[in-house]
Amino acid sequence: MTTHSNNRIITGKTSIKTYREAINDALREEMRRDPTVIILGEEVSGGAGGNGQDDAYGGVFGVTKGLQPEFGRGRVIDTPISEAAIIGAAAGAANNGLRPVAELMFFDFIGVSFDQIFNQAAKFRYMFGGKSKTPMVIRGTVGGGWRAGAQHSSMLHSIVTHIAGLKVVMPSNAYDAKGLMVQAIRDDDPVIFLEHKIMYDNACEVPDEQYAIPFGEAAFPRQGTDVTIVAISNMVTRAIEAADILAKEGISCDVIDPRTVSPLDHEAILESVEVTGRLVIVDEGNPRCGLASDISAIVAERGFYSLKAPIRMVTAPHTPVPFAPELEDAYIPSVEKVLAAVRDVLGG
Amino acid sequence: MPYQTDFLLRAYRSMKTIREFEERCVKEFEGGNVPGFTHVSNGQEAIAVAACIDLSDKDIIGSTHRGHGHCIAKGCDVGGMMKEIMGRSTGLCKGKGGSMHIADIDKGMLGANAIVGGGPPLVNGAALAAKTLGTKNIALSFNGDGSANQGTVFEAMNLAVVLKLPHVFVYENNGYAEGTAANYGLGCESLTVRNAGFGMPAECVDGTDFFATYEALKIATERARNGEGPTAIEAMCVRFDGHFIGDPQLYRGKDEVKLARKNQDCLKIFRDRVIAEGWLKAADMNAIDKEVMVDIEKAVADALAAPHPDPATDLMSDVYCTY
Ligand SMILES: Cc1ncc(C[n+]2csc(CCOP(=O)(O)OP(=O)(O)O)c2C)c(N)n1
Ligand SMILES: [Mg+2]
Repeated sequence: MTTHSNNRIITGKTSIKTYREAINDALREEMRRDPTVIILGEEVSGGAGGNGQDDAYGGVFGVTKGLQPEFGRGRVIDTPISEAAIIGAAAGAANNGLRPVAELMFFDFIGVSFDQIFNQAAKFRYMFGGKSKTPMVIRGTVGGGWRAGAQHSSMLHSIVTHIAGLKVVMPSNAYDAKGLMVQAIRDDDPVIFLEHKIMYDNACEVPDEQYAIPFGEAAFPRQGTDVTIVAISNMVTRAIEAADILAKEGISCDVIDPRTVSPLDHEAILESVEVTGRLVIVDEGNPRCGLASDISAIVAERGFYSLKAPIRMVTAPHTPVPFAPELEDAYIPSVEKVLAAVRDVLGG
Repeated sequence: MPYQTDFLLRAYRSMKTIREFEERCVKEFEGGNVPGFTHVSNGQEAIAVAACIDLSDKDIIGSTHRGHGHCIAKGCDVGGMMKEIMGRSTGLCKGKGGSMHIADIDKGMLGANAIVGGGPPLVNGAALAAKTLGTKNIALSFNGDGSANQGTVFEAMNLAVVLKLPHVFVYENNGYAEGTAANYGLGCESLTVRNAGFGMPAECVDGTDFFATYEALKIATERARNGEGPTAIEAMCVRFDGHFIGDPQLYRGKDEVKLARKNQDCLKIFRDRVIAEGWLKAADMNAIDKEVMVDIEKAVADALAAPHPDPATDLMSDVYCTY
């Protein structure tokens, strides 16, 4: 057994798996282990009612491919285009003995189903005095880079993070995606599981056996003492790239990937800032009332005396996501912007 | 002759323009000139044109993710559209919207919509404005067999009946919502019977037949204009391409598309009909074909030569709050 600095615990046989395959693995193994796990959503299998091939899509990004042939349409349920009903059915089923994994395809479609998430599923446990359990997972793709336009590219993680009662998971690599999905399914609270659509083909070493990554434990893909960089989801990739460039210049960055933004590993961030005194937060979401401003507030409140420079947030601008490639590329925080922010907090 | 020659020529030109525009979009996409997700509407041209041909720029339409045909039928400039689809700064939405978000407010085109079921509630609003302001304008929403199952659409239909809004709900039933067959997604025997259940007149027509579709829509738009409230028209049709360009379409039967292109091509059906009736001459339509090809060629050439947006000035414009 080896424990990597980035909290990866590798035991037994491993394979190189993509982010897509890792999530598929987690779903498949949990469905084999626990007959109460079901999947529902649009095109999660595909081809329902048609004359062509069964399991035609397996999700529009192929994440649930092959599950319906193994578990049948009773457990991998293609639905009509009715997001409110999908989420409601998942929440109601979760209250009544199932562990549904509902798919919102593009997480932008949360808009249509929002009441069932934030007024219903999120509140049951507390509002009913702890007597109700809602073990459900809501999967959705987030983020830009696909030229998919304003209504298919949003980063809406901050909106769900704001809601008490929800857990919000944002894996940045295949290893975490598998372990976090296993935990999400086994967890007794509603979990929002956000997959960045640009990462589906990213691959890394993933154990073949099932493992659960506990929520609220950050990973440390790079360790350093000069500047803390907190990044989430696909921005972790860019933060690592920036850290590696800076390392060659003798600047050592402590890159923190919270992995779950609710619960958030405050302690890891505060401990790191205690050492570095400098903080850059990289988030693809909009800046106002967002995760980056939330983390800034936590550090400003609880880590103020460690800070040697103002906190810098590297986020998208406060606009919807543009379509044109040049605009979208300028919209999404780049490695260059991370480098500039790090140099800035170092007084350069 | 039940139709004016000019009307028939306009209808044909519009349908042909949509066909060639869409087929060219596929080519340009395959050539790497069109970014993102693009949904084309070839095969469904007759419905868009039948619905829009009598509308003025002050009548409002709301479209879907598969909106190119609706835009063209409503009079949007194909050059501006192609530029938008290619993400150029001189596109109809300055390249900020793309294929799924083309809008042209001056033409009464409220916008394509990438949220299934996003349009009909907004179109109710346009209808409410027309009614309240007493303009006699009407509003029309395009819907699919898939979007018919969205709660927003149910709510919009009921509200339209309750408020007696001048809103025509057009359902393009092309048999599929992505890879899910309509006969699976629609739990009802008949969408038209369900539509009637909302308390509005509802009719089902052959959407590959321009004339049948036009006649049904004419009654619906007249009802709306006369203050008699909403109508729902379900038009049966075939999608000639994938859900999006590049869709392998594994969910379709082996020769399904081939047969449909052969037997259910609304353009062919239109041509055969007008020639058989002696309403138009083949030569007139062939001349239009040539002109359309020139228009599309020019739209593509102009779009390819059009400037790209400049992030320095365009990223942060058109938004009230910069931060
Ligand atoms: C709220 C929402 N849910 C799901 C989708 C994904 N999606 C886009 S188009 C589509 C199918 C729509 O089917 P239909 O209404 O029949 O229109 P068609 O594509 O056949 O023109 C789906 C599921 C979406 N864009 N928005
Ligand atoms: Mg359809």
